[in-house]
Amino acid sequence: MTPPPDADPSAGDKILVRDVHKTFSTKKGDVQVLEGVDLAVRDREFLAIVGPSGCGKSTLLNCMAGFERISTGSIEIDGVEVTAPSPKRVFVFQETGIFPWFSVWDNIGFGLSRMPFEQKHEIVMRYIRMVGLDGFEKSFPSELSGGMKQRVEFARALAVDPDVLYLDEPFGALDAFTRLEMRREVVRIWGETHKTCILVTHDVEEAIELADRIAVMTQRPARIQTVLDNPQPRPRDPDRREFRALKDEIFGILGVERSV
Amino acid sequence: MNRPPPGPVRTFASAVAGFAAFLLVWQLSVSFVPFLERVPAPADTARAISQLATGDLLWKSIVASVFRVAWGFCLAVGIGIPLGVLLGWVPTARAVGNPVVQALRPISPIAWLPIAVLLFGRTRWFSAADVEAIFIIFIASFFPIVTATTSAVSSIDHKYIRSAANFGVGGSLLFRRVILPAAMPQILTGLRLALGIAWVVVVAAEMLGVQSGLGYQINDSRNNLRYDLVTAVMAVIAVIGLLLDSAMSRIEHATLARRGARHA
Ligand SMILES: Nc1ncnc2c1ncn2[C@@H]1O[C@H](COP(=O)(O)OP(=O)(O)OP(=O)(O)O)[C@@H](O)[C@H]1O
Ligand SMILES: [Mg+2]
Repeated sequence: MTPPPDADPSAGDKILVRDVHKTFSTKKGDVQVLEGVDLAVRDREFLAIVGPSGCGKSTLLNCMAGFERISTGSIEIDGVEVTAPSPKRVFVFQETGIFPWFSVWDNIGFGLSRMPFEQKHEIVMRYIRMVGLDGFEKSFPSELSGGMKQRVEFARALAVDPDVLYLDEPFGALDAFTRLEMRREVVRIWGETHKTCILVTHDVEEAIELADRIAVMTQRPARIQTVLDNPQPRPRDPDRREFRALKDEIFGILGVERSV
Repeated sequence: MNRPPPGPVRTFASAVAGFAAFLLVWQLSVSFVPFLERVPAPADTARAISQLATGDLLWKSIVASVFRVAWGFCLAVGIGIPLGVLLGWVPTARAVGNPVVQALRPISPIAWLPIAVLLFGRTRWFSAADVEAIFIIFIASFFPIVTATTSAVSSIDHKYIRSAANFGVGGSLLFRRVILPAAMPQILTGLRLALGIAWVVVVAAEMLGVQSGLGYQINDSRNNLRYDLVTAVMAVIAVIGLLLDSAMSRIEHATLARRGARHA
């Protein structure tokens, strides 16, 4: 699934982040968050970004999505500079961003407003099926569990057929059991659609279970410290030796001593 | 705080008990407190209500008052919500407009009466007194509506705006599908508050300028020394106020019912 690491590194690059700096101006002065981030995301890969809390992971993702302006450097997708959000790359929020005033059907169809009804209905129903919410199309978010809301959010993102999915701790608000279930779902959906996925998480195990490559960020002001390959076949078993070895390696890089 | 809410039967029974206690205290105090002996008793009030209900004066007064409130309130909604959306959405507009709104808000709507007379006293195509009263109702409901809408729109959760931008939804679609529904719970609360104020104020406005309506009836009854009619009209005002409020609350619930526990 993963291209060999020694292939021409620029050939399959979907997103190129070059020497990105980001400073927030606040009342208490400037906060430098990103300091020279370099990162190449390959087409159709699943990349995870891990790093210490508050180091700037969300900021980096927001910049890549076009929600935040970078201070210096460049972010290109398919060779075009990112300046604004676009339906070609969709953001999946931690606290679900689906609209409580719309039914499941209307939420998933939100990005398809200019389409004739028949066509829209077909697409919406296809993604309702893909995320396993058949029969819930008329339900409202308040009538769904946390995991189901997250499925709606995924379906809404997939329905506009984006190239890139940005996932900012998409399972952070879920309970442990649902989180495990949703990880498996995301692996399955990614296998079916092969979007380029960029996942921000502070759960190292989650990163190893899902991603082809794992980028480790430093403390703030952040850079990318290393990018690790993770060629294990899916589904991945956290009890296997390679899994544990990679986990230890990442914890080592993050400077966290693991007791036990 | 966390006790389960009582069922509808209990709620109704408690309300009835409350009113019974109120009527009892009222009756006893006018019977035994010398200072209150000229205040009409509940029985006098009830008799006056049935007397009023047989003629058409009561109905005409109700229609006149409700008509003024409806016009003033609808005008306030039509102007107040768009203005509130503008102030809530555009930070510069808010910085400029909101201080003015907040400065005008504490002025009692009744204080605008001379201005209303100045502006509309010569109106011919409509009853001038009606227009004046409508203007005062407009002022009374306008400020709560603008304030609620401004605060609702300016505090919309960022993630909804970002989602809309992400899916390329902008312009009028953004307003209809995201901003208005996101602000709706707070706007509806503002409307309910505004309607309550409008109903309080219409009575005061009618006591000052016009020759019809429930407020005028109170004045007129007082001038005829019929204090039983005064309390009768007061009771009618209370009932209509309750009906208006429960109608607004029904609209609120029907609109927000499926959004979840937060507003249902
Ligand atoms: N809009 C902003 N204005 C000012 N400072 C900000 C802003 N957004 C983020 N920051 C600061 O930038 C730093 C990085 O924030 P960011 O949310 O990107 O971290 P994160 O790595 O995603 O953290 P977490 O793991 O807690 O989600 C923080 O110190 C935060 O206070
Ligand atoms: Mg974050």
